[in-house]
Amino acid sequence: MSVNYSYRSRTLKKNLPRLFQYFVLSLVVLIVIVPIVMIVFGALKTRGEFMTRPYTPPIPPNWENYAKVLSMPIFWSMLRNSLLIMLATTIGVVLICSLTAFVFSRMKFRGQNLLFNFFTLGLMFPITIAILPVYLIVRQIGLTNNLWGVILVQTSFQLSICIAILRSFFKSVPYELQDAAYIDGCNTFGFFWRILLPLSRPALGAVASITMVTSWNDLLVPLVLIDKEKLWNLPLGTMQFQGQYGMDLALIAAFVTLSAVPAVIFYLFAERQIISGLTAGALKG
Amino acid sequence: MKKNPFDQNVQTLPQKTRSTRRLQDRMTIVLFLLPAIVLFSIFLVYPIFQSVYYSLFSWKGFGPVVDFIGLNNFKRILTDWIFIKAVGNGLLIVVLSLTIQLPLSLALALMVGRNLRGRAFFRTIFFVPYVLSEVITGIMWLILYNPDSKRGFINALLTLIPGLKAQPWLGDTRTVLLAIFVVLTWKYFGFHMLLYMAGLQNIPPEIEEAALIDGVSKRQMITYITIPLIGSTIRTSVYLSVLGSLQVFALVWIMTKGGPVNASEVMSTYMYRFSFVRFQLGYGSAVAIVMLLISLVFSLAYLRLVRQADYLS
Repeated sequence: MSVNYSYRSRTLKKNLPRLFQYFVLSLVVLIVIVPIVMIVFGALKTRGEFMTRPYTPPIPPNWENYAKVLSMPIFWSMLRNSLLIMLATTIGVVLICSLTAFVFSRMKFRGQNLLFNFFTLGLMFPITIAILPVYLIVRQIGLTNNLWGVILVQTSFQLSICIAILRSFFKSVPYELQDAAYIDGCNTFGFFWRILLPLSRPALGAVASITMVTSWNDLLVPLVLIDKEKLWNLPLGTMQFQGQYGMDLALIAAFVTLSAVPAVIFYLFAERQIISGLTAGALKG
Repeated sequence: MKKNPFDQNVQTLPQKTRSTRRLQDRMTIVLFLLPAIVLFSIFLVYPIFQSVYYSLFSWKGFGPVVDFIGLNNFKRILTDWIFIKAVGNGLLIVVLSLTIQLPLSLALALMVGRNLRGRAFFRTIFFVPYVLSEVITGIMWLILYNPDSKRGFINALLTLIPGLKAQPWLGDTRTVLLAIFVVLTWKYFGFHMLLYMAGLQNIPPEIEEAALIDGVSKRQMITYITIPLIGSTIRTSVYLSVLGSLQVFALVWIMTKGGPVNASEVMSTYMYRFSFVRFQLGYGSAVAIVMLLISLVFSLAYLRLVRQADYLS
């Protein structure tokens, strides 16, 4: 396990387990990557090629499918809707959760624990289970076929987890800082805004990142709340597209690849934030 | 930062009496909590109570809710073999996740360990499927599972082995759930592995070094030291995995729509079908309530049994 230990002797016997480890891990890498590569390759073939030899490298590459998808106005409107929903949801979640988490970590009032337990309800009632009740209320308010409906619902169901993450982070900020700020004449809001939030940038980044991923990939909420084609987000549009062009696999592959590109790019840039958000949400501290 | 922004406030402090400060704090509490409470009440709490009410009616979604039928919806749910089948499938996914997916993730996390060269690379790759949406994942695997070995990669691999024939993985009632479980594992093992890796990171290296000096074998180290030390992580991942299994929807809906002959039906697809395809909203509400109860009972049992609420901290 430890580095020193393995340095002691470099016989084959000692290195064999390590080789085995790399072998297994590489195998898993292959299992993860091959399906993805398959689809990217598939998209670079003509419809006929996809049928006759679906899993050979695309030589020469045929860029027509990608061009065709990129020239569809609906693709761009889906991209725009996804972006709008994601940004609004993320801003809302970060803002609301930091306010709430601040109160639960830094202030005392009667019924605090009860109210906090109330907020953790959302962890037990995920959106998949609550979708019909939620649909009915959104219909009553008149926000179906409206991006705001999707945004408000996504925000509400992201609150619980993000409040829990931010609260435990805020708690870890030393109390001496708060006292010092008060002695220097800062009021409660001043402490929150000028000291706590800037100090919590990593936690805010983590919360924002997991909200972005969740919102970006969400199918169910738009599927239930949106009928109008021009309001589809990427997952919903991709699903409809697959239903519509079911036979033209190469075109579907191109569509799927292009709709995955933003998520993958985002992941490569924000990997650290996403990972720390997810582990913070699940583990103590 | 140009200038300490708090300087100008210093003089105002003595003028404040205790009670204004307290009033101010109380205002802050109310104002800060308000948005979350409002959203939560409108989109979570109220809808649940409303659905409890609707679940007592036969209602097609439009017009007044008048056709009161008492608990008949619930009676119908509990005697519908398709619902029972959906619950059974859900349980099967839970069992498979706990016995295959999680141990696999744990084994991989232990392999990557703390200081394997290329650790970051493996983590990045293994986590990619989690970031892709379920829609993308579903369509991808739909193509891979194509029953024609000339088109579906999996069957193509299979037919390379002499004696094996191409299978309609998603079209056969016996294999469909297993095929879906493979996709679920492909998509989610990276997440659980990530949790375990974070848990392993928290073990102080001194403990393992001390054990090595005491001469424990690698196997003893893992069973008696490493795994007990990440116990809380394992409990959390079990909890998330079970709750996640209850929520499987998009993947199943895209790949099979619950078919063939309801063989891959899960509770969420069952509810979706009755609510948004057949528009039996009263019945759908009742299904939602049953699902909420199952989720609630499980969560409370978990909190009770595991005592410390690792997840909420």
